[in-house]
Amino acid sequence: MEAKTLFDKIWDSHVVDSVKNGPDILYIDQHFIHEVTSPQAFTGIEKRGVPLFRPQKTLATADHNIPTQNQELPIREKLSQIQVKTLTDNCEKHGVQLFGLGHPHNGIVHVIGAELGVTQPGMTIVCGDSHTSTHGAFGSIAFGIGTSEVEMVFASQCVLQPKPKKMRINIEGKLNKGVTSKDIILYIISQISASGATGYFVEYAGSAIRSLSMDARMTICNMSIEMGARGGMIAPDKVTFDYLKDREYAPKGADWDKAVEKWKALKTDEDAVFDREININAADIQPMITYGTNPGMGTFIDGKIPELEDIIPESRESFQKALNYMDFTPGMELAGHPVDYVFLGSCTNGRIEDIRAFTSLVKGRKKAENITAWIVPGSKQVEKQARDEGLLEILEEAGFQLRQPGCSACLAMNEDKIPSGKYAVSTSNRNFEGRQGPGSRTLLASPLTAAAAAVTGKITNPADLID
Amino acid sequence: MPIEKFNILESTCVPLPMQNIDTDQIIPARFLKATSREGFGENLFRDWRFDKNGNPKPDFALNRPGYSGKILVGGKNFGSGSSREHAAWAIYDYGFRVVVSSFFADIFKNNALNNGLLPVQVSEDFLKKIFTEVDKNPKITLKVDLENQEISLQSTGDTFHFEINAYKKSCLLNGYDDIDFLLSKKEKILAFEQLQNKT
Ligand code: SF4
Repeated sequence: MEAKTLFDKIWDSHVVDSVKNGPDILYIDQHFIHEVTSPQAFTGIEKRGVPLFRPQKTLATADHNIPTQNQELPIREKLSQIQVKTLTDNCEKHGVQLFGLGHPHNGIVHVIGAELGVTQPGMTIVCGDSHTSTHGAFGSIAFGIGTSEVEMVFASQCVLQPKPKKMRINIEGKLNKGVTSKDIILYIISQISASGATGYFVEYAGSAIRSLSMDARMTICNMSIEMGARGGMIAPDKVTFDYLKDREYAPKGADWDKAVEKWKALKTDEDAVFDREININAADIQPMITYGTNPGMGTFIDGKIPELEDIIPESRESFQKALNYMDFTPGMELAGHPVDYVFLGSCTNGRIEDIRAFTSLVKGRKKAENITAWIVPGSKQVEKQARDEGLLEILEEAGFQLRQPGCSACLAMNEDKIPSGKYAVSTSNRNFEGRQGPGSRTLLASPLTAAAAAVTGKITNPADLID
Repeated sequence: MPIEKFNILESTCVPLPMQNIDTDQIIPARFLKATSREGFGENLFRDWRFDKNGNPKPDFALNRPGYSGKILVGGKNFGSGSSREHAAWAIYDYGFRVVVSSFFADIFKNNALNNGLLPVQVSEDFLKKIFTEVDKNPKITLKVDLENQEISLQSTGDTFHFEINAYKKSCLLNGYDDIDFLLSKKEKILAFEQLQNKT
């Protein structure tokens, strides 16, 4: 038999039919929806007069524009309120399970899918949100889709997709002090650029990847889209199975054993061929931070912003434009630059391990005077766990508060907006102009680096603060 | 819903010679709160187009009286970022029918095609030529011929053959819609589900 990649195995087993000279009809095992990209899709199928084909394969949550304070009260912002209400009505009408505001399972769509055990190896998963790639950490094919495609899934449980090319990124070796999975992915993107993987589906492999927890693997797959990739994935292994065991929606008893047997076969065959392979030495990676307005514009915290001459000529104008926006200059050192805001959260770094990492660094220290910090758990469950583990007390002791879960300042659709001109060290995934509020200046980094900034008030290499 | 048919379009264009025009610039998140598809054109490129007080910024291409037309020309890696289809809706709603760039982000390309907005990918050189020509004279026109997959600069006669997936091409030429197509495949989908349940 022909050697296949993990990606091929899952993709090929979900092709219902292929259009000649066109896309494949891909069957979708699990569909997630949220309030922002679903209303027009519901209206669409209603106008056509077709029902939801498989409502039990869609799961809904409200996350993008909900407030992170006083969630018990009615949403103040009118349009957000309408959008959340529309989602609730639509789910009721069409028989879709909804974990709405206040539900103990509520949270950011990509955080809850995993923690509930809905996301499982070998699945095809889509959601009207580009960071759906997060779920690939379990060895599934997961990717973001547009609203027209959400409507396709509603109507047929399928999407039309051309099969992407395949890339493998191997990271071998041991990670340096202070380096987390966020630094790995920021490093990769800085090496291959924000469009370097466009048209590809990426598999992450190698000993450094194997050594990571599920939470850390999700951070990596999450940001695959930031280098243009359709998605990212990691072959499931014991870490994956241990994480999933006994989760609410995971198979139980004999079904569990059967499932694990099947999942164990989900790996790339030894001599399978990729369209592109990249090898990275883990030892080359240091704690990272971005300085520009796309996630590819990143560097070591102890490094410098490139000089104009280091940038290829056709990109110089964009580079200069980004630095103007950030009020930075070429060749400048980043460490020591003052910071105004710190945001810990999002589907990239809003899981329990991220809060643990942040807490471990701020423990015994105090929040810097000049810092406003927003610590936003990714879900109700993460919030509860942070309390149960006593993290909340440590945070409060250091001068921080925990907010209620949601996407929050990751895209600033709710009230959590970084003011114009202010610098925010953010654990989210996009540093686009205005992403965190009009005029906001985002520096993407890991939870450890966010914590280091939160206690020192400036850009600081977390390796300097941990033993 | 059928999409608008597309065949040949000749029009002046609006140039945005910047790389990495991301979906957050095309339509900022705070304008994604509508529950219908219409009206997003009003906030297209909101923060580049208007200042804090809502006054148009005179320098931005969409606000310059010289520039108009149904073709938007952007720099490399157009439409990167989020999956928000609102970006394609906003461009379409504003009145554009074609976006030209030397490189498109995947999800944006799909979203555009699903809404009757044609993404035309040209070479870096051809893109440069367009920008140079429009800079000299904003009134020059581009002709986009979908059937023959050609885009030409009418002022110089330069022509570029662009690629498009054959299936998507026929959808656009005929105003054909993906969902109708999928609905016609119900039998196969049911058969697939049965097979999947067995294994
Ligand atoms: S946290 Fe940010 S990236 Fe993740 S789903 Fe929410 S808005 Fe999207």
